[in-house]
Amino acid sequence: MLRYTLKRLVLGILTVWFIATATFFGMHAVPGDPLSNDKSTTAQIRANLEAKYGLDKPLLTQYAIYLKNISQGDFGISFTQENRKVNDIIKEHFPISAILGILAIVFAALGGILWGALTALYRNRWPDSVIMFLVILGISVPSFVIAAISQMFLVNINTLAGTTVLPVGGWGTVWHMIVPAMVLGLSTMAYLTRLMRSSMLEIVNTDYIRTAQSKGLPKTRIFSRHQLRNAILPVVTVLGPAIAGITTGGFVVEIVFAIPGLGRYFVEAIQQLDYTVIMGTTVFYGAFLVFMVILVDLLYGWIDPRVRINP
Amino acid sequence: MRSKSTSNSNTHSNSLSRQLGLYFVLAIVFVAGLLLALNQLAGLMGTATQEAQAVDFANNSISAVLREEPPQLDSSKATDSTSGLVLGHIMEGLLRMDLQDRLSPAIAERWEVTPTHATFWLRKDAKWSDGKPISAADFIFAWQLALKPETGSEYASLLYPIENAEAINTGKLPASALGVSAPDPHTLVVKLTRPIAFFDKLVVFPTFLPIREDFYNATQGRFGSDAKDLLYSGPYTIKSWVHGASMLLERNPHYWDSNRGKLAQINFAYITSDATATLNFFKDERIALARLQAENLTEALRLKWPIRRFADGTVFYLEFNHREDHLSRNLNFRKAIQHALDMEELVYKVTKLPGYLPGKSLFPEWLIGVEKTLREEYPASTVTVDSAKARAYLALAKEELGLAEFPEITLLTSDNPVSNIQSEWLQEVLKQTLGLTIKIDKQIFKQRLAKMSSGEFGLLLGGWGPDYNDPLTFGDLFASWNLNNRGRYKSEQMDALIATAQNATATPDRMKAFGAIQQQLFDDVVILPMYERGVTYVVHPQLKGVKRRVIGAETDYTYAYIDPDA
Repeated sequence: MLRYTLKRLVLGILTVWFIATATFFGMHAVPGDPLSNDKSTTAQIRANLEAKYGLDKPLLTQYAIYLKNISQGDFGISFTQENRKVNDIIKEHFPISAILGILAIVFAALGGILWGALTALYRNRWPDSVIMFLVILGISVPSFVIAAISQMFLVNINTLAGTTVLPVGGWGTVWHMIVPAMVLGLSTMAYLTRLMRSSMLEIVNTDYIRTAQSKGLPKTRIFSRHQLRNAILPVVTVLGPAIAGITTGGFVVEIVFAIPGLGRYFVEAIQQLDYTVIMGTTVFYGAFLVFMVILVDLLYGWIDPRVRINP
Repeated sequence: MRSKSTSNSNTHSNSLSRQLGLYFVLAIVFVAGLLLALNQLAGLMGTATQEAQAVDFANNSISAVLREEPPQLDSSKATDSTSGLVLGHIMEGLLRMDLQDRLSPAIAERWEVTPTHATFWLRKDAKWSDGKPISAADFIFAWQLALKPETGSEYASLLYPIENAEAINTGKLPASALGVSAPDPHTLVVKLTRPIAFFDKLVVFPTFLPIREDFYNATQGRFGSDAKDLLYSGPYTIKSWVHGASMLLERNPHYWDSNRGKLAQINFAYITSDATATLNFFKDERIALARLQAENLTEALRLKWPIRRFADGTVFYLEFNHREDHLSRNLNFRKAIQHALDMEELVYKVTKLPGYLPGKSLFPEWLIGVEKTLREEYPASTVTVDSAKARAYLALAKEELGLAEFPEITLLTSDNPVSNIQSEWLQEVLKQTLGLTIKIDKQIFKQRLAKMSSGEFGLLLGGWGPDYNDPLTFGDLFASWNLNNRGRYKSEQMDALIATAQNATATPDRMKAFGAIQQQLFDDVVILPMYERGVTYVVHPQLKGVKRRVIGAETDYTYAYIDPDA
């Protein structure tokens, strides 16, 4: 087990290095650069700026310097916010995205499992049809539409109530998080519901359920011990990437609800070609994703003994 | 047997539902616990949003929204409008624009500009937010700082009229060689390299704001990056700044002018670029002013809000590529397009945004000439749109260029709703009237800039916002040496006119030169002015005295106050 874990970690580091390299060269291949602006500056001022950021050096030298710095955990200074270190940006804003993400993933996972189990249980009856219809909606309506609609809904509720039922935006208390987290987790919830439903239905017809039934086990026990636990497996598999996806994909929700998370830096940096922030956030998120996948694979073995690696 | 099984299955199905119900309850309990834990966590991080109330009479404070986190509050390096907005509240320089947009005394109580020198006499009661007096040395330090090559200030070139400034910026002279001196702490004497009649208008720009040396050094390279890393000379100080989330301004007790800073607090409670979200905050009475975008306009009208508008000073135009091998190098080709496009149709029937004015000249309407506005003194020439004439010009161009058929022409634009409508309109009109095929090349910001600089376009939707309140901020755009002349228009006559506008000292001579520049831009169809941009917005009825500016802080709350009876 330890050897397996170590092997996965080494491979993970290689993956992150590959992500860093691909991003570095991809980013430099994009036309334009972080120093260009609406208004052109004189050649001298441009040269001053290039010297300040080391952009006057050959690309491979920049790459070498860059690798050296990230191996020491230093992502450099942002181009657009010249006085802020990328490390500080990640340190200040990732926890916010993470908190929102945790809540969203909990909503998504609990909701997905519950609704999925419910639809399987009431297969082809009205709860199934209603939920599956909502699932299609949840998957297909883009998050900026849902975010805008839910925010408008909040404004209307507050206006009707004549007081603040839930804040329309901002950050700080749990009341600020609930609606954004639901919006953020909605599509994942919808996806997990479908997944859960199909895996529940598959399991009903397996031999071990039939064995359990013939042994005369109570149905509730079969449901919780055999059906549910096995059906959750595929859900757990997609949970790792989903967690990474949700904590990184909060851009729209963060902009609409004015939440100071990392997601918007991630997207705005690309628009501004802010090299250091692009690299910092991509490498950070890449490492996060790799870590989550490893974690889920290890967890998987714990949940399902069948996939455990023999020592 | 069979019947038993069925009933059995029914009860099981019931107990299963019950079990699911139990899970549901457990899930809710779990979520509640989690919420509580996360609440504690979020509280610990200290990133909480200030409770926002659009207008709070009891505390004499208002709330507003910022479009983005101010990227740079170090005035020697700031270039963008959000930083400009914040700096306009927390800093004050030698001179400022008053409520009527006239140049007025600020830290300098009087000033004088001669062909060789500019002298500013500073008021003695102007103090920094730590109570120490603001002296001429603080300006000298700030200007030297902006010019040092290692600072990498993008707007350092605005200081070039000062003696030795350019040499310092190129590293040829040390910063101490700058031609600025302080005979006493309250007098600032600037030596000019050439006569520059509008130097006083130039010093309104943030790059000219004072920075105190001992404070700057004490921040150890973090100047401007946090509330505590700033020393304030303006009516407000930053009380708290949560990056990416909010910024709270509080009245500066050491500020000298009692006419400004009437509000005790200005709470920039939210940072978002989303127009719909901003409007939602306004509707929820969280912010006192909201900018309206095209998509929110109908709703604002439906709610019968009093909509206000102002021209934000930016001019948009169609640029031609004047480089070799480009069709648009041909004058008759440009004239054909000039006679085909009706900018009134564009503004009133196509974009239909209130506050927009059809473009007639590179020089927007608000620029001041000798006594009246420049445009009143030198009216812009216009053509009557005439498709027959346009086609005649195009035929001439075809002959001159020796073409059988016109190739496809690339129109470079940015990717936003307004540009999309405009480029489609251009494409349609040029196809209908002249039979030209236009290929729209939509690019995001930096990629568009790269293509603009390298000249990868036939036509270009361009625009220009002013840096200082003098027609020259637009007037030198099409000089052969100007890098913002994206189409690389080159004319000795134009360069000569621009030199006159730069160097003449008498205002009438300069304005005459601008009139001539305007005429040449028209005669030579260097560009086609499309429109002057307008901004529409709504304000909380109790908030009065908000000033919208073309130059400096776009929204200026320094004169604003709350009228509870409104």
